[in-house]
Formats: sequence, C-alpha cells, structure tokens
Amino acid sequence: MAIESDVLVIGGGLAGMMSALTAADQGVSVRLISYKQSTLRQASGLIDLLGYLPGDQTPVVSPYEAIGALPAEHPYAILGTDRVRAAMDRFDAAVGYDGAGTELNTLVATHAGGFKPTFRTPKSVTAGALADGGSMLLVGFDPIADFDAPFAAAMLSEAGVPFEVRGETLPFPVEQASDAGIGRFAALIEEDPAVPATGRSLRETIATAIGALAGDAARVGLPAILGTQESAAIIAELEAEVGVPVFEVPMGPPSMLGSRLEAELHAALDAAGVSMELGNPVVDADADDRIDAVYVEKNHAQVPYAAAEYVLATGGLVGKGVGSDRSQVYEPIFGCHVPQPQDRSEWYDDEVFGTHLFPRFGVEVGADLRPRTSNGAVEYENLRAAGSIIGGADFAKEKSGSGISIATGVAAGNAAAEGVA
Amino acid sequence: MSDAERPGFAPTQPNTGTEFEPVQVFPEVADSDLRSGADSCYKCSTCDVNCPVAAVDDSFPGPKFQGPEQWRLHQRDDEHVIDESIMSCSNCMRCDNACPSGVPLSQMHNTARAEYVNEQMSHRSVEYWRNRLLSNYRLSAWAASKAPRVANWMLNFGPARRVLEMTLGITAEREFPAFATETFRQWWRGRGGAATSRDRAKAARQRRGLDEEADKKIAYFHGCYSNYNTPEVGRALVRVYEHFGYEVVVPKQGCSGTPMFANGMIDDAARHKDRTLAGFAPELDAGYDVIASCTSCSMALRQEYPELFDDDGIDALSGRTYEGIEYLRIHEDLPGALAAEEAPDDFPDTFAYHAPCHARNQGLARQAIELFRHLEGVSVEDVGESCSGISGTYGWKQEKYEASMQIGEEMFEHMESAAGTTGMTECPTCAMQMEHGTSYPIRHPLELLAAVLTD
Repeated sequence: MAIESDVLVIGGGLAGMMSALTAADQGVSVRLISYKQSTLRQASGLIDLLGYLPGDQTPVVSPYEAIGALPAEHPYAILGTDRVRAAMDRFDAAVGYDGAGTELNTLVATHAGGFKPTFRTPKSVTAGALADGGSMLLVGFDPIADFDAPFAAAMLSEAGVPFEVRGETLPFPVEQASDAGIGRFAALIEEDPAVPATGRSLRETIATAIGALAGDAARVGLPAILGTQESAAIIAELEAEVGVPVFEVPMGPPSMLGSRLEAELHAALDAAGVSMELGNPVVDADADDRIDAVYVEKNHAQVPYAAAEYVLATGGLVGKGVGSDRSQVYEPIFGCHVPQPQDRSEWYDDEVFGTHLFPRFGVEVGADLRPRTSNGAVEYENLRAAGSIIGGADFAKEKSGSGISIATGVAAGNAAAEGVA
Repeated sequence: MSDAERPGFAPTQPNTGTEFEPVQVFPEVADSDLRSGADSCYKCSTCDVNCPVAAVDDSFPGPKFQGPEQWRLHQRDDEHVIDESIMSCSNCMRCDNACPSGVPLSQMHNTARAEYVNEQMSHRSVEYWRNRLLSNYRLSAWAASKAPRVANWMLNFGPARRVLEMTLGITAEREFPAFATETFRQWWRGRGGAATSRDRAKAARQRRGLDEEADKKIAYFHGCYSNYNTPEVGRALVRVYEHFGYEVVVPKQGCSGTPMFANGMIDDAARHKDRTLAGFAPELDAGYDVIASCTSCSMALRQEYPELFDDDGIDALSGRTYEGIEYLRIHEDLPGALAAEEAPDDFPDTFAYHAPCHARNQGLARQAIELFRHLEGVSVEDVGESCSGISGTYGWKQEKYEASMQIGEEMFEHMESAAGTTGMTECPTCAMQMEHGTSYPIRHPLELLAAVLTD
C-alpha cells in the first residue's frame, strides 16, 4: 500500500507550487512533497521572465517578443510564447504582485546598487522602479551590512540612472547583537516595540528619522526588512510620516520578499485543497514504463507514495534536483537522462564570468514536458518535469529563473491533471 | 601537509587549465563525522530566521553559530570550548528543515550539548541536577504513579512549588500534568495484554473480510507520557489498530531520550536506548513495525538514535519506526474509512490544531488537518506554523519560562481566534503549553480517530 493522490508533485519551489496549484484547478487530488523549505527564501522575490538573451548585454524590454530569439532547446522555446503567457496569467491570478497584464520588463535596483530587468514585482518594491524617474533616497541601517545605502546610491548614479539618488545610513533604534541577521530586524519592525530613547514606537522612530533626511526626495527605499509577512501596513505607516512613497529594495538570503511569496502561494495551495508535506526527500521509485510509486525517506524508513501522474520539480544544481560527482551529472530520483560532455573540463569555462555549461545542466524534455532518454524516447509516460530541473537555460545570466519555473510548472501541472482524466 | 607546503603550489597563479585534476583534500568519511555537514553551510542564515529561541532571545546566537560555526572553531584548537549558549537551544529542530543545504544542525547541537554537559558543566551545580531531574521525567513519573492522587496534590501544592522554584529553578508558573490513576501498562495488562489483542485483531480481520492469519502486527512505543499521564492516547491507539485488524504488542521500553538529548544528558539517553533496543529486538526480528503516538518519541527513534548511537539494531529500529496515524495512512484507506463515518456525539467536533515542531520534520505537520477533512461534521483548524515554545523541559526551567511564553504567544493568539475551544496536537508537552496558555482541553488526533472508528 502507499499514500495516494491523483497527482504527486515532487519539489516545493516555485515550479512545484505552480504545478500543484494548476493541477488542483482541474479538480484532481494533488499532493506536494518538499524536502526543505522553498528556495524562494534564497531568491529575490522578484518574478523575472527574461532579462537578457544569451550573449547579449542589453536588457530585454519585451520578454514575450524576445522568446522567438532563444535557442530551440530553451524551455520557453519548447513551450512556445502562448503557453508562457498563459502561465504568467495564472501566476498573476494567484499572487498579488504588480505588473499583471503588462508585457514589458521593468528595471529594479538591487541591494548592491546594480539593477536588473524583472517582469512582476511585489507591491512593496514597485515604487523603486528605475523608470519612475523621481529622485531617490536610499536608507540603510548601520548594523545591516548587506545594504550599504551610500554605496548603492553611488553605484546607481555611476550607472547613469536618470534621477538623483542619495544614500544615508541610520543607526537601528533598538540595539541588537552585532551579528543579528536581517530576519531579526524584520521581526522587530513587525513587532514594533517601544524605543526607550525616543519614547515612541520603533516604526515611528524610524519614520521620523527618515523624514528628517528625506529633503526633496520623491521616494525612499529601505532594505526589504519591513515585516516578515506583511509589509503593506508598515509601508503605509512610514509613508504617512515621510510624505513620499516608501519602497523595499530586494535583499539576499534570508529573503523576506521570497518568504512572503512562499507564504502567499502556500495559502493559495491550502485554499485549493492541495495536500502538502515538508521535511523529507523523495529518494527512490518503483518504475517501469510508468512510475508506480516513489519513496520518501524519513531517516531510515522509506514511505511509499503513489499517484497516477507525477511532476518532477526538484530544482537544478542549487536545489539538488540535479546531482553531480567527479565524473558525471545525474538526476538522482528516477535516473532521467541529463545531457553532458564526457570530459569534465568542458563543464565550465576558464573565465569566472565566462559562458559555462554547468548552469544549463538538466533533463531534456519535449513539448509535453516529459523527460527524454538519450535517444529521444519518453522516459516515463506519467512523469513531467518543471522548473530548473529542465536543462537548456542559464537562468542566472538570463534572469529567467522564476519565469521558467512558472511557465513549465503551470504547463506540467495542466498536463498531469489531464493525464489523470 | 598544508596546501602551501605542497610542491608546485602557487596560490597567485591558480591552475585553471584542462590539466586541472580536482583532488579530495579530506578522505570520504562516514557516519558521525560532522565535517561534511559543516562544509555544506554557506551561511545564508535561513536557520536563524526559523529559530524560535533566537526570535525572542537577543543573547542567543542561533543555530548557524551553534552548529557549523561552533563545530569549526572547536576543531581548530583546545581554546575554543563549547559556548554555554548551547544550553539555550531548545532542540525544536526547526533549523533542520529550514536548511537548504542539508547541514545536520540538530545533530551538531546534540553533539555539542552533550560535550558541554559532560566536560564543561559542573556536575555539582544546581542547573545540572535540575536538568537531570527534568530530563529523567520517566523516573519521577514512575514514582508518582505509585500514589498518583497524592502526587497530583503535592506537585501542585503552591508552597511546595515555590520551594522547588527557589531551590531547583523549576518554574512555579506551570501546573504539573496530572498522573493517571491507572497507567497505560496497567490497563494493558488488566485487559489481557498481547493475547487479548491477538483475539480482537483476529475478530476484526474476520469482520473486515481479511485473511484471518494476515500478517498485521505492530509493537507500540508508548513513551512515558501516554503511560503515566494520558493513557487514553495509548488506549485509543490500541483500539484503532485492532479495529483495522492489527495485533498490538507492548514491549519493555525506556524513555525515547528526547528530554535527555535536549539537556545534553547523553549517558542517561544511552541507558534508556539500551532498554528500548533490548525490548524491541525480538519484535523487530519477528517482523513487527514500531509505532509511536508521540511525535517526539518517533523523532528520537527515527533520527536522533542513528545520529547519536551506533549500536547493532539501531538502523533496524530507526528504519521501521512510524508515527501512529502515518502508518495507517500507508497501509489502510483512512480517508475512505472516515468518509463513511459521521462526527461522534460524545467527542468535541471543532479543534484548534497545533503541529509540533518534531512532527514538522517528519513531514506530518498537516497530517491531522488534511486527514479529518474527510470526516463530515468535524473541523480541525491549523493555528499556524509557530513553535509552542515549551519544547519539553525548556519551558519548565524558571529562567526560560518567559521566553517560552513569548514564543508561544503567537500560537495562543491563533488558538483564541480559532473556532474551536478544544486544542489538538500529537505532542504531550505542546499540549501542556496549549492548555497553560488557553485553558482549553487538548486531545490527540488518535483519540478522535478512536472515537469515530471504534465503539
């Protein structure tokens, strides 16, 4: 016997969650199994669709139009523009991000003073778009080394942004251990304790200090620590005091924006009746032409799970959906074929920022998203892949990670649900 | 030999050509060597964000320090002893499933804590003896069970509790849980033990149209709490399993070790482990799977045993231990069984459910919620992801009580705003905390299952 569902999604990242949500749309029973918390916590929380074409340094303006210029093995090229667009619509319906309905990229400042083209932004980030044009004040906090506001402002000015940008650093009004992480600051801002020195709350104290610095800035950017779960009310409170729009600058891990997106998607999955399990990996499978069951390893015990259709959304090299050792690159659960050069020295380029092959490692799929063997045959009738387990894209360079996850996730979820019927 | 002494090694001219052959600097190591775990940490600090203690205690440096950073420092030289803050880790193990890189954080914490307690903490200190007393709960409970009514009165007698707080640092804020007048094992023996269970399971198999000789048998690890405090949970487990045609046996057993690991009392834990291993060995040989009703007990047997001990038989025990409802989900059609039933008249029907941290790591955090959706007329509402804050013995320590209640605050608030006024959880100490914070009665999912499925 096994724990059963119609569709079993393996992997709880953006691709897995979108697969599960889409499959549940069609009324089948869906279970999502995730080894660890979603890697969204390591991600910016922005939704990039396609920021750069391979080998091109110019940001893409219209990603849907640019899909036509991608190589044939790219996941977007395999799906085709219409399915990518439909998937983004499904994301827009599920999550309250800005940009729904628009087809153009927007440039957003990063916490190191760079910028990147992205497609959908959390509402708290939108006012920081570079195209906005209003003069910008970036405010960092002394103990948060990850966001050096004067440095970020200087970098943006250097890059030639079409507005004035200034950076200031404030002490954090509540004293913290010197190694406190950004999650701690986010939790404090959410909790909003009284600050003895000012006799006011933490948020009021911060707002007053920012107000005194704002001058004629048309908008104020703070590191993305304005609450762990809910930033809208906190931002509104700050804006009321500062008098201009306040926005969050996306930060590195642990990413509050990513963790809020994870929570929002979990709520959507829960509302859709999806069963979810976190904490243990899928390690093995009973399979022939079809997969009969997979095994979740709970320490030494292997617990069987069976479904009619499976979605493999275990991530790439970072998420450990793709494994590697000194001689080969492989897909660890089902042993799906991963194209790779025989000679290890071809996996990478000698230049650090050169064009490496390894980011493109992953399984090969057809338009049906079923992984293919080395001679192009379907690996398993009831297995589809989604997200960065699929090879053929260098998402970090292209700024296409979230978009590929959403596009292939929705397509795989749809196909799996149809497979059940 | 260090890299710098290696012939031909010139750090300013990295060898990036095709002649580069990666070398393995450290030999492949097995089992309890923690180096590979420490090396896997890339310092993203997601674990720190998930740590309930770090969230309320600024002085606690968090799991990233307690685990990989401290391990590295400690390897370096003898000067870097284990930092005493390891005693503020509550062993909730949330950092384990927060880590995207597979660092065995709780194993590192347990190892460091055991070393701290064995080698650095004074064995004459009040803290040491208080912690030993708390973690050897089984011994106190055994003594109390000899005269449960007297014990219940004495242990909640105000002046006595204040003395206990002043002398030992056991908080007087909490109510001691009541000891049952009949332990689970007394009930089990009085009912006829394994022989009765065999007959009842056979009758159930007959009734269900199964092969009368079908190989359905489990060995129950009841742990201390279901034995001494909540025998109703143990009785529910037995009834539910017999209902599905399983013969139950109840081998001799020690404490699972959960409170001992959390207090660094590794030698005490090892003694109890020996008793459990000896008790369950014949049943494991005979093909019985091991079932626990407490999610911290199942966590200890499944994860901490193989991480901390290397006895023969540990892997067999660990590999065949399951949580009570999880096992039935694998082998029986529980959703179907519940869909065919209605909410029982003599049991609450609306629950505020809290998932214990240790259930979370076993992938069971949503089990009760999702399972009881199949039962008409019953609502089990999740009160959120927060930790209850008590973490076994942690919240019983006078100096940790405030932090424990601060951690629990979110859960209390969510329980208050949930529809039900009965709590539900699998963990005995989470149940204590839920009751302490809300005054709700707290039930175990197996009790509801028994009320629905059995007479």
